[in-house]
Amino acid sequence: MRAALGRLWQHDLAYSFRHSPVTLVAALLTLACVGGALFAPWLAPHDPFDLASLNLLDALKPPAWMKGGSPAYLLGTDDQGRDVLSTIMYGARISLAVGAASVLFSMVIGVALGLVAGYLGGALDALIMRVADVQLSFPAILIALLIDGVARVALPRASQESIAIPVLVLAIGVSGWVQYARTVRGSAMVEKGKEYVQAARVIGRRPLAIMFAHVLPNAMGPVLVIATIHVASAIITEATLSFLGVGVPPTQPSLGTLIRIGNDFLFSGEWWITLFPGIALIVLVLSVNLLGDWLRDALNPKLR
Amino acid sequence: MSAALLEVRELRVEFPTRRGTLAAVDGVSFSIAPGEVLGVVGESGAGKSLTGAAIIGLLEPPGRIAGGEIRLEGERIDKLPHERMRRIRGRRIGAVFQDPLTSLNPLYTIGQQLVETIVTHLELERRAARARAVALLREVGITAAEQRIDHYPHQFSGGMRQRVVIALALCAEPRLVIADEPTTALDVSIQAQIIALLKRLAREHGTAVMLITHDMGVIAETAHRVAVMYAGRLVEIGPVREVIHAPRHPYTVGLMGSIPKIRAGGGARTPLAQIEGAMPRLNAIPAGCAFNPRCPRRFARCALERPEPLAAGASRVACWLYPAHAA
Amino acid sequence: MPPEGAPALLRLVGLGRDFDVSRPWLNRALERAPRQLLRAVDEVTLEVRRGETFALVGESGCGKSTVARLIVGLHPPSRGRIEFEGVDLAAADAAARRARRRMQMIFQDPYASLNPRWRVRDVVAEPIRVLGLASGAEARRRVAALLRQVGLAPEDADKYPHEFSGGQRQRISIARALSGKPDFLVCDEPTSALDVSVQAQILNLMTALQRELGLTYLFISHNLAVVSHVADRVGVMYLGHLVEVADAEELFARPRHPYTRMLLDAIPDLEMSGKPRTPVAGEVPNPLAPPAGCAFHPRCPHADARCAREPPRPLPDGASLVACHAVQEGRLGAARGRSAA
Repeated sequence: MRAALGRLWQHDLAYSFRHSPVTLVAALLTLACVGGALFAPWLAPHDPFDLASLNLLDALKPPAWMKGGSPAYLLGTDDQGRDVLSTIMYGARISLAVGAASVLFSMVIGVALGLVAGYLGGALDALIMRVADVQLSFPAILIALLIDGVARVALPRASQESIAIPVLVLAIGVSGWVQYARTVRGSAMVEKGKEYVQAARVIGRRPLAIMFAHVLPNAMGPVLVIATIHVASAIITEATLSFLGVGVPPTQPSLGTLIRIGNDFLFSGEWWITLFPGIALIVLVLSVNLLGDWLRDALNPKLR
Repeated sequence: MSAALLEVRELRVEFPTRRGTLAAVDGVSFSIAPGEVLGVVGESGAGKSLTGAAIIGLLEPPGRIAGGEIRLEGERIDKLPHERMRRIRGRRIGAVFQDPLTSLNPLYTIGQQLVETIVTHLELERRAARARAVALLREVGITAAEQRIDHYPHQFSGGMRQRVVIALALCAEPRLVIADEPTTALDVSIQAQIIALLKRLAREHGTAVMLITHDMGVIAETAHRVAVMYAGRLVEIGPVREVIHAPRHPYTVGLMGSIPKIRAGGGARTPLAQIEGAMPRLNAIPAGCAFNPRCPRRFARCALERPEPLAAGASRVACWLYPAHAA
Repeated sequence: MPPEGAPALLRLVGLGRDFDVSRPWLNRALERAPRQLLRAVDEVTLEVRRGETFALVGESGCGKSTVARLIVGLHPPSRGRIEFEGVDLAAADAAARRARRRMQMIFQDPYASLNPRWRVRDVVAEPIRVLGLASGAEARRRVAALLRQVGLAPEDADKYPHEFSGGQRQRISIARALSGKPDFLVCDEPTSALDVSVQAQILNLMTALQRELGLTYLFISHNLAVVSHVADRVGVMYLGHLVEVADAEELFARPRHPYTRMLLDAIPDLEMSGKPRTPVAGEVPNPLAPPAGCAFHPRCPHADARCAREPPRPLPDGASLVACHAVQEGRLGAARGRSAA
């Protein structure tokens, strides 16, 4: 086990990781955000969704280091008396969950379609690519809005609360599959011409088996890089949708919702309600993006 | 012997890696006289292409010349600043690389590329330069040169493209041409044509040629002398007849034996002589003679001390088996 | 070398393959350009006898690699028949499938012919698993034995392809091909990408394995010298056509077709005998616009009016087959090949 860890440490990837201060900081920050979000129930000083624990008298308190602030509410409170720090941590949970789930969704659909299009080619390839082209002519936000809107109309009112997050994941997921499909399609087309695929055909393997056992592992490299960067953009998309009021339900606020709520109070002087969630969002997205950048450069054999 | 055009002494090319410095070319010395064709032969990883790249100043970083000297017509060129080296390249040293597809810019006609090179290095005005380019194309065997000079590289076939590349290498009248695997990507029938062309041009223009290849057959046809490289070192260098017909170094012997030859009774399918093992990686070169673990004639000294190329007949051999080393 | 009357293991009859290299439909419709068909292989008829090594030689674009791929089923033929032990491989029935299992292929590029993400043991075991020959411990045992048989160590099974050199990777490819217990191996330029000393090792290995396992080889190569060391019979291809088929000894001693003579002449003379060489003319024409009549006639020193009009058919000349009007009309003098001692 020690030997394996030692080898991992020495590996090219780990080497480039260790020697890039920006990446190290980005990784730490991401870890901190994810850790904070994951362990929110234990780490957060308060539970902002426990209506019983809210005290309206504590509403609109400024951050602890300012006059009128209190150490119990480090970053201040919002108009309902909720601790901003705790709300950020809980909100980040939602943001990360939605971000990760929608990326997973996009990845699965995109990779599968890309593989099929690239390897099988022909009419199927043309069809998939045309659908992709059509979708690309719409901005992702618009597509997400569209799906969300349709869902709201199509589904009964009662279930909308519980369905909201899955619908959101679906919406963002569907808006993002194209980039995976295109990359994987390109890789699949390249790998298809390589002799190890021909060898597998000569051995007698079926096309489906070849696609998943042989081609897929070789096409996944760029997918991981795209996914990492896509998480950041999915979080932003969700934040935007929540900001617009069509994302997560108000009972489960994400960072975007918090920013929206805080927006109303911006000009009356209670800036902390919008600023801190905003900073949290930026830090989270930036660190994930930087990690993705590092991964892309580290995995690029030409740059090594 | 006429004064050497190119003289390489104890050339050392290193690659710093995070696991240590690798010597890809280690203590290589040779010279080429005007009008002479020196073949540099070796298998992949032997360092022959890097030697050529070092001479012409096209070593890719982090590779660098870490020792020795390179003299062109008496003048040192291994430590020149980029700008001076760039002017020497093209004007006094021409290069022909393996892949004609990437040697020519696909976006310009061959005429434009030839004229640009001539104008840059020979300071002729455009019309004279164009006339010279047409003459060169005819010389390398391109028919209808007057029309074809305005064609793009993709309009030529592989063999024709390589001829254009040779014309490009020669257009500034260089004293030395470095050809790195010029015929490897070509069909056998075209190879023969290109080899004959190189030979003729070297003779007629008095150009020295350094012909880098892994193909002994091409060397036999074209070169006057041949240098054999192994694991970055020079193991044998001498007149072509001597090295090919009476090789001294056990690696050269093994190499010649493993080359398939058409002989009487081809159907008898005689097994080829083979050398056991493989060329060592740069980070695992054995102590003493680099070839010793694979050598059928090794003895104690071979694993301890590294032999230098010393005289044996008209050649130089780096092997403890030969009398010059017994002293 | 197998006896004269040995049964044919593989028979190709009038094999042909066209590739559609037309511009995309939209371009063609707008520019009114015709469909373009590349005749990569045309009217190839030959047989490979059990236990022999049949070499198919020619320069790039002659169609030899396409023939290899047609035989193993990577492309369907456009014309003609492929028979393995009398079974028509184009039939989609169980007999054809069974026949297919008895042939395997070794590829040219040692760096692209092994999946870089698979361990060596999975690479070599793939045919064993797919053909259902063994599983679990038995499969692992066979992999170890195969690796030893090709000159590698059983421990190499746990490594990845990139940890090996070109020659070692070809050995792994050979082990993979052998693991399916084939009778017939199609070898597509198996040593062209290797250094000359490594090539010698691999060729010797392949010859030894053939003897040990009673294999039949179809050996594709552009290198006549290599072929002279491994082949029993040789077929020469030019621009998709088979121009000469002969026993190896005969081909090298008395080449008949002008292209064969030209090929042999073009090989650099290591002996430096100073033999005068006939200047080689021209280049292989564009396969999309092949010359009329005999494909070789523009480059042939013996071509006449008939050659420019009428494509020659392979006809027997002694024990060889030659597709050349000049040879058939007796216009060509006897050739002296490379075996003149």
